[in-house]
Amino acid sequence: MRNLFVRESGNYKTSYVNDMKLFGTVSQKVKIAVIVGVLLLVPLFTSNYWIGLLTLCAISAIGAIGLNILTGFTGQISIGVGAFLGVGGYTSAIITSTYGLSFWISLPLAGLITAIVGGIFGLPALRLKGLYLAIATLAAQVIILFIISRWTSVTGGTSGMVLSRPSIGSFTFMSNTSYYYLAIVILLLTVLYATNLLRTRVGRAFLAVRDRDIAAQIMGINLFKYKVLAFAVSSFFVGIAGALLAHYTMIVSPELYSTTVSIEYLAMILIGGLGSVFGSIIGAVFITLLPVSLGMAIDMVTVYFPDLYHLLSAFKEFAFGLVIILFLIFEPGGLAHIWLNIKKYFKLWPFSY
Amino acid sequence: MTFFLQMLSNGIVVGSIYGLVALGFVLIYRASGALNLANGEFVLFGPYICLVLLTSYNVPFYIAIIITLIVSAILGLVVERLVIRPLQHAPAISVIMATLGLASLLAGAIHMIWGHGTKIFPPVFPQTPLKFGGVIVTPVYLWSFVIVMVLLVVFTVFFKYSKMGLAMRAVADDQGAAQSVGMSVKFVYAVTWSIAAMVAAVGGVLLGNISGVSPIMATIGLTVLPVVILGGLDSVAGAIIGGFLIGIVQNIAGGYLDPLVGGGLKEVVPFIIVLLILMIKPHGLFGSKGIERV
Repeated sequence: MRNLFVRESGNYKTSYVNDMKLFGTVSQKVKIAVIVGVLLLVPLFTSNYWIGLLTLCAISAIGAIGLNILTGFTGQISIGVGAFLGVGGYTSAIITSTYGLSFWISLPLAGLITAIVGGIFGLPALRLKGLYLAIATLAAQVIILFIISRWTSVTGGTSGMVLSRPSIGSFTFMSNTSYYYLAIVILLLTVLYATNLLRTRVGRAFLAVRDRDIAAQIMGINLFKYKVLAFAVSSFFVGIAGALLAHYTMIVSPELYSTTVSIEYLAMILIGGLGSVFGSIIGAVFITLLPVSLGMAIDMVTVYFPDLYHLLSAFKEFAFGLVIILFLIFEPGGLAHIWLNIKKYFKLWPFSY
Repeated sequence: MTFFLQMLSNGIVVGSIYGLVALGFVLIYRASGALNLANGEFVLFGPYICLVLLTSYNVPFYIAIIITLIVSAILGLVVERLVIRPLQHAPAISVIMATLGLASLLAGAIHMIWGHGTKIFPPVFPQTPLKFGGVIVTPVYLWSFVIVMVLLVVFTVFFKYSKMGLAMRAVADDQGAAQSVGMSVKFVYAVTWSIAAMVAAVGGVLLGNISGVSPIMATIGLTVLPVVILGGLDSVAGAIIGGFLIGIVQNIAGGYLDPLVGGGLKEVVPFIIVLLILMIKPHGLFGSKGIERV
């Protein structure tokens, strides 16, 4: 039997099938088992507060993977994620609270309806690209939020709606720990889908559209179909994330889905790594935990400078912007790229050239 | 009829300020092909500087505005040098994201220095409203209209005849080609960003005179995006005309339809227009089309 701790020191793939395998080597399988195991065991060792934060990270990661399918895989910039999260959240709120249906029906429906809305707002993508598309999605954001906040009879207007936690039979996902498991399971499914998507015909079409859409069209890729499809698939996951988030916080209201949220999600995939599923996850964790860790850092300093406390929110904004800019300039590949470099270093050590 | 005329004139004056802020976008887009989403914060920065000079140091207005312009120009230079230049060859999304990050950074800095509250601008222009028939116009509005018109002429001439303006157009058209005939792309970028920051500061000071200085003013950075898209991202005249069009439509829609939907239409109408315009004319009314080669 092969030693589990011996790792491949280079690329030994000899066939295409071999190269495309998701779980190629024994060590890879072990690694994935360990990661899943750790994710499942974490709640046993951490406080309730941290489990809550990790749940938020997992939910953001689902949304970030969704956005990455659109922006990272297909190259279509979207500043409208916030509103699509809102569509997901509100759909689920309306289905469960107004019509009294189960969360397990509303979750996929939230995804589907967000996918339809995303597909509709993706229609301009056929003729627009780059900056123009970014602004079209921004327009989508503003228009959707306006509809949400004015359609009072359905959405409750600016005061929002109240949701309940999902349940199976008599068991309700009331505690942070149970909700964490729910979010993690959906995150794992999302990851599996996204990594598999890249290996399919559709996924490769997405990449071709990203790299040069006109060239892709010449090769016979139906641009219209794939761009709208990318918007729909991406929005599906964003909608799922929105529904999960809404049931976690148990409230939806228009100001939770502002442009700032869209920017945060863009920051997640940029800092994590464009076009990388793993990057979306660590980006989501990074951006979710950034304000928390800044808050803790400031808490430590406030003992000496009590005035700082008033500046907290402004400072978070400042640091958020600074981090984005620093990443863009010094590590455009994002955290995923840093991780790859570290891995490569150890893989080739001590002959790293 | 008076109501309609009032809405129309409101639209024209608001539109003139939109045009001014949109001009900042267009300048940067023309030279560097980047969309400066931090423009709203640029707009915010100017009036705060001006306000500090006016209230804390009792500087006369015309000196204060000159110092404000200089400080804004420096801000533009610093931003260009530290953020934009390193990203010169990065893809569009990186530049968009960098300016979004910049917006957050500047907003944070402004909040830390000046707080969140609204500050009243000491009256600079006469306060008594002027009446044309039944339509009431405040002098600030009239002044901003005049300033926008002057700037429109100045920039049109600048881009058409001056060496720098031509250099900017050349760099926007093809960086490599411009460089190979001896233009300094870096210098052109630097000048563009400082001019854009100054234009934004002028817009900001006018806005501050109208509604007081507060961080909310930065939202004009996003409100103005439809204007730029409507007019075409690379057209100076388009920015101004787009400004007027959006201002007028927004005010008329707000005036007549707001009671039906419960307010807030003013913010949304421009974006609805933009979505329609993008479907019909993806490059705006006056934007250049450009040919894409594989």
